[in-house]
Amino acid sequence: MSDSTTQAASGAGAADADPTRLTAVEMADRLAAGTLTSVELTQAHLDRIERLDPTVHAFLLVDAEGALATAREVDAARAAGEELPRLAGVPVAVKDIACTQGLTTTAGSRMLEEFVPPYDATIVTRLRDARMPILGKTNMDEFAMGSSTEHSAFGPTRNPWDLERIPGGSGGGSSAAVAAYLAPLAIGSDTGGSIRQPAAVTGTVGTKPTYGAVSRYGIIALASSLDQIGPCARTVADAALLHEVIAGHDPMDSTSVDAPVPDVVGAAGTTDLAGLRVGVVREISGSDQGFQPGVQARFEEALDALRGLGAEVTEVSCPHFAYAMAAYYLILPSEASSNLARYDAMRYGLRVTPDDSPSAEQVMGASRDAGFGDEVKRRIILGTYALSSGYYDAYYGQAQKVRTLIARDFEAAFGQVDVLVSPTAPTTAFRIGDQTEDPMAMYLNDIATIPANLAGVPGMSVPSGTAEEDGLPTGLQILAPAMQDQRLYAVGAALEARLRERQGGYVIEQAPEIEVRA
Amino acid sequence: MSTRTTAGPERTVAYDDLLTRYEPVLGLEVHVELGTATKMFCGCATGFGAEPNTQTCPVCLGLPGALPVVNRTAVESAIRIGLALNCGIADWCRFARKNYFYPDMPKNFQTSQYDEPIAVDGWLDVEVPPREGPEFLDEEPFTYRVEIERAHMEEDTGKSTHVGGATGRIHGASHSLVDYNRAGIPLIEIVTKPLTGAGERAPDVARAYVGALRDLLRALDVSDVKMEQGSLRCDANVSLMPTGAERFGTRTETKNVNSLRSVERAVRYEMTRHAAVLDAGEAIVQETRHWHEDTGVTTSGRPKSDADDYRYFPEPDLVPVAPTREDVERLRATLPENPADRRRRLQEEWGYSDLEMRDVVNAGAVEVIETTVAAGASPAAARKWWMGELARRAKTAGEGGGAVDLLDLGVTPAHVAELDSLVTGGRLNDSMARQALEGVLAGEGTPTEVADARGLELVQDDGALQAAVDEVIAENADVVEKIRGGKVQAVGALIGQVMKKMRGQADAGRARELILETLGVQG
Ligand SMILES: [Zn+2]
Repeated sequence: MSDSTTQAASGAGAADADPTRLTAVEMADRLAAGTLTSVELTQAHLDRIERLDPTVHAFLLVDAEGALATAREVDAARAAGEELPRLAGVPVAVKDIACTQGLTTTAGSRMLEEFVPPYDATIVTRLRDARMPILGKTNMDEFAMGSSTEHSAFGPTRNPWDLERIPGGSGGGSSAAVAAYLAPLAIGSDTGGSIRQPAAVTGTVGTKPTYGAVSRYGIIALASSLDQIGPCARTVADAALLHEVIAGHDPMDSTSVDAPVPDVVGAAGTTDLAGLRVGVVREISGSDQGFQPGVQARFEEALDALRGLGAEVTEVSCPHFAYAMAAYYLILPSEASSNLARYDAMRYGLRVTPDDSPSAEQVMGASRDAGFGDEVKRRIILGTYALSSGYYDAYYGQAQKVRTLIARDFEAAFGQVDVLVSPTAPTTAFRIGDQTEDPMAMYLNDIATIPANLAGVPGMSVPSGTAEEDGLPTGLQILAPAMQDQRLYAVGAALEARLRERQGGYVIEQAPEIEVRA
Repeated sequence: MSTRTTAGPERTVAYDDLLTRYEPVLGLEVHVELGTATKMFCGCATGFGAEPNTQTCPVCLGLPGALPVVNRTAVESAIRIGLALNCGIADWCRFARKNYFYPDMPKNFQTSQYDEPIAVDGWLDVEVPPREGPEFLDEEPFTYRVEIERAHMEEDTGKSTHVGGATGRIHGASHSLVDYNRAGIPLIEIVTKPLTGAGERAPDVARAYVGALRDLLRALDVSDVKMEQGSLRCDANVSLMPTGAERFGTRTETKNVNSLRSVERAVRYEMTRHAAVLDAGEAIVQETRHWHEDTGVTTSGRPKSDADDYRYFPEPDLVPVAPTREDVERLRATLPENPADRRRRLQEEWGYSDLEMRDVVNAGAVEVIETTVAAGASPAAARKWWMGELARRAKTAGEGGGAVDLLDLGVTPAHVAELDSLVTGGRLNDSMARQALEGVLAGEGTPTEVADARGLELVQDDGALQAAVDEVIAENADVVEKIRGGKVQAVGALIGQVMKKMRGQADAGRARELILETLGVQG
């Protein structure tokens, strides 16, 4: 790969011919400079989607008309000399978990196959206010339950690096779209790693902001106390721009944080980490934790790179992380069992009516049986059981105590260091079908990402290279204290710049061109 | 969701009889719909009687992705209710989800409070009046202290209408309609501790408690407390235990109790039914029962047990409610005078007898009379109009001849005060005032406007009146003779004839004066 994406002004090479290869920062600059129109840029992405998405299947819905309409408005406004937001005219893809007024929103489920929301999620309103053309809705595991996008009711998304492999999950559609240059930016949601793990296995960047930093209003809930919306991008600076658009207080979300948005865009310009204290979490790092050798090797190199940037790297222990997985798989299903109760065929969604004059209960039962996939049913049953009287204290109650202990582990660790790091996922992308029969193996993909959701702290995955054994991308996870999201961007940007220097480009540029399949 | 219907009337025993063997224990759960402008967790309007499903939004319809935001006014109302009931106010409490499936519940969980209610451990002193009837003439009113366990906040469900069945219930219905306008309206549930020791007066205590609570809530101005519209709903838990026992018996929970009188009747009925079951050596089934106003009985509803599992857990979409001590004290300062104290004060100010005051209270006319007096009417006139003519009309002015509230007649306290001033000012006599009121009720305007339009005016011109007096004196020589002979009371017959000649447009008092003057007789 050439280094054509480094200089926006130069405009040389492939990027000129194909604007989809630009970073979002470059796109925004060219749009502002008038050397590129939003219609050209949006159309280029739509063309690429049309050509490649039948193979990748990152999108569940493409709204060419809507995206182009926004693009035309932006171009006209710019021609009229209007002052526009930074990302005006830069297209974006939205995970199908966010309600979009007038655009079918399925959450990857048959249950909502024909659900057209009458309202926009707050983050969608913000994207519209930022005047970003919305290309469409991206594929996901049903109701965000999964780590591979194989649990989508509408078929799996394929990893652009290797079409036989999964793109991670639940937000595999958003990460694959970004990795395949079908969209420069995408919205993801992260309940236990659904932004970060797909970013790691597709060689892209993904951030889970501090819990409450981005509004959840209009986001189809999986587990209310864990869900958080965040940006997916190919570079740290691009992610920061999208983060800035979607973050901020929302009176419609009671759990929304009423505080200024940290300067993530400024932090994404960081090149030097002198004096930064970096902690390696013993419990979620190291080959003795079952991490793939190539993942571990890139992690060690990233630590070296951080030292080279002036950071001081030490090991810290978070002893209760060992119980994070167990606690997570009680809290998540408990909340999910209640959040998903509303899908009862009474007001919207799939309705299946059994024969012989059924009762409302029978219609609810038959509709839920037909509308939900196995993984969703598994978690609803688990959560219903965990909340049952007589079991509540032993399961949900205990899990909440573990959650408190994990938050204390973070507090103690952040008393010693500024950020924590680990590999994002224990392995590179696995083959489609490899783990669908083994829920436990699937759950373990999120072992390093879950603690951040339990404690509400922000986390980011940045590419750390590729594993020599399979040539697939690996990710480094950075964790920061709550409301210190800018630290993720500072560390991520400095590391990204160092790796580019070493490898002559972004990791994503090593991805092979996608072969169109019949 | 299915309901059993009982084949025939169930056995009961005579009320007086059961009291020799059993002691009743009551528990009352009252749901109050708050009169906030918007719903508990969204900005939808709350007005009663709107077109079905027009007061809804993504939040109260439970659409995917929608999130609740707590109505601050509702929390303040809850705190004020708690304070008025002498409860402690939690400095930190949460909402919880009560999970169960039902079509009128949009999310299939109700956002409620569970183990962390906003208000706990209070009491309300209730005045229980003597019973009516000749055998109770010697009975004295007494005060019963109702202990309050808790008051908590929750949201109402939608309203189901079952169509096609004989009884309007789900059993036998062909289909059901759901109106979500009610879904999400703020509710406060007020739960008493077990009410014991009331003995034969238990049904009266229950009625007096709900009545006192209604007055209190009305005084707090937090709800319109209309039982017939469901903005105040009472579930009555009733159990009997053998006299002298320590363990409470099995209870039933009676719903659909839509008036104060029904509270009393339903409790009384359940007591007699329980006694019959227990007398037969059988066990009470713990269940929900439905009160039937028309037949005066309860029928079996849904079996209910303590094992009903609602899988409560703290609502993760809401943050805890944490009123500061300053907030609570600020709200305490807004509490109105206790209704019982207020009643005593007003009775003294107005000079009403105990009986008059009790009638006014029972008619729910305290506020309206107070406002009328404040608008300038005398207490006696205010009572005369509201408890007389207007009360009579309110009894039959409703749909199908039913009752309406005094204030729904279309006559305001200001109208009544104006009417009174027209009478005391000498413009109208009593029968003219009634005609003016007639016009007000017919929507013809204020009493003055009606009087103007209908030409109601006492004749002030003594000339016309004198002419009429002279005529009547000339035509009634025999009566004149009697009056001159000392039977002054016979003047009444002449006054009547004068008024007739004046077609009612004269002041009867002035007519009397003129007649006596003309005859040269001292009144
Ligand atoms: Zn609403």
